[in-house]
Amino acid sequence: MEVIFKKPHALTDVPFHYCAGCTHGIVHRLVAEVIDELGIEGKTVGVSPVGCAVMCYDYFNCDVIEAPHGRAPAVATGIKRALPDNVVFTYQGDGDLAAIGTAETVHSATRGENITVIFINNTIYGMTGGQMAPTSLPNQVTQTTPYGRDVNTAGYPIRVCELLSNVDGVALAQRVAVDCVKNVNIAKQAIKKAFQNQIDKKGFSIVEVLSTCPTNWGMSPVEALQWLRDNMMPYYPLGVYKDGEKGDRLK
Amino acid sequence: MSEKILMKGNEALGEAAIQAGCRHFFGYPITPQTELAAYMSKKMPKIGGTYLQAESEIAAINMVLGAASAGVRAMTSSSSPGISLKTEGISYIAGSDVPALIINVQRGGPGLGGIQPSQSDYWQATRAAGHGDFHLLVYAPSTVQEMVDLVFLAFDKGDEYRMPAMILADGMLGQMMEPVEFKEREQKAPIEKPWAVNGHKNERPHNIINSLYLDPHELENLNIKRFEKYKRVIENEQKSVEYMTQDAEYIVVAFGASARVAHSAVDMAREQGIKVGLFRPVTLWPFPEKALKTTVESTKKYLCVEMSMGQMIDDVKLATECRRPVEFFGRTGGVIPTVDEVFGAIKKLGGGN
Ligand SMILES: Cc1ncc(C[n+]2csc(CCOP(=O)(O)OP(=O)(O)O)c2C)c(N)n1
Ligand code: SF4
Repeated sequence: MEVIFKKPHALTDVPFHYCAGCTHGIVHRLVAEVIDELGIEGKTVGVSPVGCAVMCYDYFNCDVIEAPHGRAPAVATGIKRALPDNVVFTYQGDGDLAAIGTAETVHSATRGENITVIFINNTIYGMTGGQMAPTSLPNQVTQTTPYGRDVNTAGYPIRVCELLSNVDGVALAQRVAVDCVKNVNIAKQAIKKAFQNQIDKKGFSIVEVLSTCPTNWGMSPVEALQWLRDNMMPYYPLGVYKDGEKGDRLK
Repeated sequence: MSEKILMKGNEALGEAAIQAGCRHFFGYPITPQTELAAYMSKKMPKIGGTYLQAESEIAAINMVLGAASAGVRAMTSSSSPGISLKTEGISYIAGSDVPALIINVQRGGPGLGGIQPSQSDYWQATRAAGHGDFHLLVYAPSTVQEMVDLVFLAFDKGDEYRMPAMILADGMLGQMMEPVEFKEREQKAPIEKPWAVNGHKNERPHNIINSLYLDPHELENLNIKRFEKYKRVIENEQKSVEYMTQDAEYIVVAFGASARVAHSAVDMAREQGIKVGLFRPVTLWPFPEKALKTTVESTKKYLCVEMSMGQMIDDVKLATECRRPVEFFGRTGGVIPTVDEVFGAIKKLGGGN
């Protein structure tokens, strides 16, 4: 019998704890498929964040270390400097990467750290129960913006790919979504490129994945995907923001 | 190789770390540890090592967490305000059972404080180097030679017990020049780190380095297990040096830079016929309580001399179980006590003035 669909080897048998319809699961699978396809599981070290994906150390079959909130790129830097021939990736949410860990993100990018960053933008703090994230949209209702995010007091959402596309250490900054089959395929190609860039020593590669949090958005999984298309995509346009190698603009 | 060379404390710390096999240094500039980072930035590129100036002390300690978790000897250095920022990472390093070296060349505090030498991070180092139930190995050198020797020991013991170690120095020791000897050391096989996250090479199950345990019983058991390890450390790793304590009626307890001053003051007092000795803790955690306890019967009074408002004095009282009075003399904020001042405090022990 021909096998046409199986669990990637880079995923363990441990069942995901994610809520029904949460897109963390899809992205985990894409990362694992890419690790399988590149044949790098044995030399890959993952860095898990503080956020809903904190326990991805139980899901990925490669070695994994759990970093303090926001510090994953610094931890990844330490690993990569110690083991330059290994493959090191972080998997981070928006609170982790774009609030508490902003300095670690920007500076690992500035240094052109040869690492891969998978960034889950779901416009909310999932794990702590739905507070405002740095990426929450204007007027978005969250637990801590009960009247909607007022940009006059709570500021504006941060566009990470746009920001990092101006940083010379960056090789790849691409925003994708996992709302439909077509976009899932694009997302996988982007993730694969972000890993391949590291193998080719091109520099810091980040893939921002527009994701859903049906639980804290208070929506069904299907409604959540539609909300993502209607609200997130206009503010966070999909596309490639930088694609090259570190320092290429200075050449 | 075994000749004496003149070296600044901060540079000696760096050279010792390199000779102890450390090739990964992550730092952020701060006075008065500057020369250590500068030394590493000069040396590391020449020997295939990493010197990385991080964006903050928080990033630097997390780079240490990453590198040490990958199985290499890694270190960071800073001074008081920077160590405060590192406490988050130190707690994670301890909670993940990862060995690493942290150097604190202390300056006066609190807040931005000053840039002159101080010992006012004793509590932080021995009690609260981060959140949660954990300890660090804490070593307190008092000469440049001892700075060198303790760096080797800190790396070895950290690896042995899988726990972070700190050298608690201060601006005076860091800036001071003294002759040091880098002794030939027997080449030990590097300790195996089968727990490291360095890629499983399809040869073993995946390793996980983690400090998250959502089941309280699991976390409790892990903490209990870690404290059993700490018990072995307390049993086996206490270090102290005694000077003229044999017949002493009074004992001055001091560590690091203040012990140097106290040493001279003890000499001065001895010349005047006062039977006083010096007890110098070399490990601050574990505190050398066993050795200090043996002095209680023959000692009338203790005098704790510190460059702080009085922090180690708590441990002296605990170790002696308050069976004898423990007096205190300290200068703080970056002021170094003079020999005369300490001599004066010794004289007062016997009721003199
Ligand atoms: C230093 C610190 N501050 C706060 C927290 C609490 N905390 C846990 S997860 C989280 C936010 C996670 O949100 P995000 O990064 O967006 O990931 P998501 O859960 O949405 O996937 C916060 C604030 C923490 N664990 N550590
Ligand atoms: S809370 Fe949100 S982000 Fe977290 S698992 Fe549930 S749906 Fe996913």
